[in-house]
Amino acid sequence: MQHIWIVLGVLFVLLNIAAGLIWLERRMLAMWQDRLGPNRAGPLGILIVLADTLKLFFKEDWIPPFADKWVFITAPAIVVASVLMSFVIIPFSPSIIVSDLNVGILFFLAMSSLGVYSIVLGGWASNNKYSLLGALRGASQMIAYEVFMGLSLMGIVMLTGSFKLSDIVNAQKDVWFVFKQPVALVIFFIAGVAETHRLPFDIPEAESELIAGFHSEYSGMKFGMFFIGEYLGVTLISAMTATMFFGGWLGPAFLPPWAWFFIKTFAFILFFILLRASLPRPRYDQLMETGWKVLLPLVLLNLMVTGAIALWIRG
Amino acid sequence: MSALTILLDANVNSSANYFQIGIQLLVAIGIVIVMMVASHLLGPKRSTSEKLENFASGIESHGNARAPMAIKYFLVAILFVLFDVEVIFFYPYAVNFKELGWTGFWEVLLFVAFFLVGFIYIIKKKALQWED
Amino acid sequence: MGTAQILFWSLTALALISAIMVLVSKNPVYSVLWLIVVFFAISGHYILLNAQFLAIVNLIVYAGAIMVLFLFVIMLMNLNTETEPQKSIWMKFFGVVAGGLLLSFFISFVISSADLKGKSAQLKEGEIGLIKTLGKALFNDYVIPFEIASILFLSAMVGAVVIGKKD
Repeated sequence: MQHIWIVLGVLFVLLNIAAGLIWLERRMLAMWQDRLGPNRAGPLGILIVLADTLKLFFKEDWIPPFADKWVFITAPAIVVASVLMSFVIIPFSPSIIVSDLNVGILFFLAMSSLGVYSIVLGGWASNNKYSLLGALRGASQMIAYEVFMGLSLMGIVMLTGSFKLSDIVNAQKDVWFVFKQPVALVIFFIAGVAETHRLPFDIPEAESELIAGFHSEYSGMKFGMFFIGEYLGVTLISAMTATMFFGGWLGPAFLPPWAWFFIKTFAFILFFILLRASLPRPRYDQLMETGWKVLLPLVLLNLMVTGAIALWIRG
Repeated sequence: MSALTILLDANVNSSANYFQIGIQLLVAIGIVIVMMVASHLLGPKRSTSEKLENFASGIESHGNARAPMAIKYFLVAILFVLFDVEVIFFYPYAVNFKELGWTGFWEVLLFVAFFLVGFIYIIKKKALQWED
Repeated sequence: MGTAQILFWSLTALALISAIMVLVSKNPVYSVLWLIVVFFAISGHYILLNAQFLAIVNLIVYAGAIMVLFLFVIMLMNLNTETEPQKSIWMKFFGVVAGGLLLSFFISFVISSADLKGKSAQLKEGEIGLIKTLGKALFNDYVIPFEIASILFLSAMVGAVVIGKKD
């Protein structure tokens, strides 16, 4: 049946992208930081992906005896499952979309709200003070930035009149939404970086503070799953930005639609990596206060101004 | 046979579109279980006494992690619930924006104004200030 | 049995078993996790009835926001098994009996209600649960409750801040 093939194909492509990002991120970080990165294993160092994956599989699958066993196992599973589910609504091309839901954007927001649980449960299950503190901070950051992730997309929904992603892509045939909603793009991207807890918002992982944040006690494949979840999250936010603001699979006819979609998504993935290579990490209280006091009023203002201008133009 | 009719249903507004979500959920859970079981079977099992302690960069830890936490996390969570429900009320408006015209716009503006009043109260009372 | 029937009965079984596990779990965090499973089952029921907006909003608000709040509260409290009071087994037994009597009262009330005789729920199709229809109804017929709801949220915010901050 056709749907099963689309589901399997989408998941296969996604897992390959998540694995390939291991190599891509380290090479691009190296390039932007004026060094070489992995270049020994295989041509251009691409076999580092295989080496890393096999290493994680063959590590000891150890659950700390002081940890809560079932919650410890469930936490990384939640993040991978919820991010894989979010790809159900993304339109790769006019005919390749797993399920063109009536409430597409809301489904994406629902799945990203579920991502908070993996941090909270992972930190709590580890029964380690530093993990718990990292988990609470990470969860507070994610829920603070989730409020205006939904609101920033409402400007586009107001202009299109539908939550379906295929309608939104089709509504961009004349002009991309990046030109009509620039403020919403900036706010959505910032919220997306905070949701996937990448630099500059990676206090939950906190590579030089709090040991390793909520995943201090994790090792082996469960640790690997947290990182697969993070790379898939990066891919998801890039795909959503490309679809909502930059026309998705629209483009001149000399390339097939899915090629345009992948080009735009990869451009944003590279932008994520550039952010990691270049920006310093702000303090946690600066992060939270900016989120609540600056970005939330800004996104509400954007919506009201969009509404007023759109109604005024219509006459 | 009824499974096939679900898939051939072309009505865009029906709930048959959710069937693929079920398939994707099952495959995603299957992938996760395979990864966990494979790493469980493939890895060695070695226990040492250091592994039984919490990891705190070599410093000894006192007490377990089940201790009361600061109330600011709780306040952030409550305010998140309130603002999330405000955003939910915004969604039906955004879809019907063009049909509702100026009347709907003023209604929603009033709604957002009440929320902004509450928001200004929260900022003035320093409930969201992270450091004292 | 059609597919809709199979889905309905399996979702019902999942919801009931998870609800019982919420009550029976020794660890409060496990109770919260089983409650999240209950919410997923209920969202599945909503999807069967084609109430798509309600299903997704149930996930976003209940399973996504309110349960996070519950988890924070459970983590704020200092819960260790040694310090919790234990109830006697007779109390638990009589609690189950009282709860069962209440349940049978509700079921008999619903079954004998004249309003619900002979009707069946509309499955899979139907415009009433769509977000467009809901929006039109909300903003044309129910504007006053909508504005009053925002005042309710204002009072909730004030209440949270008053309870949370000492000064």
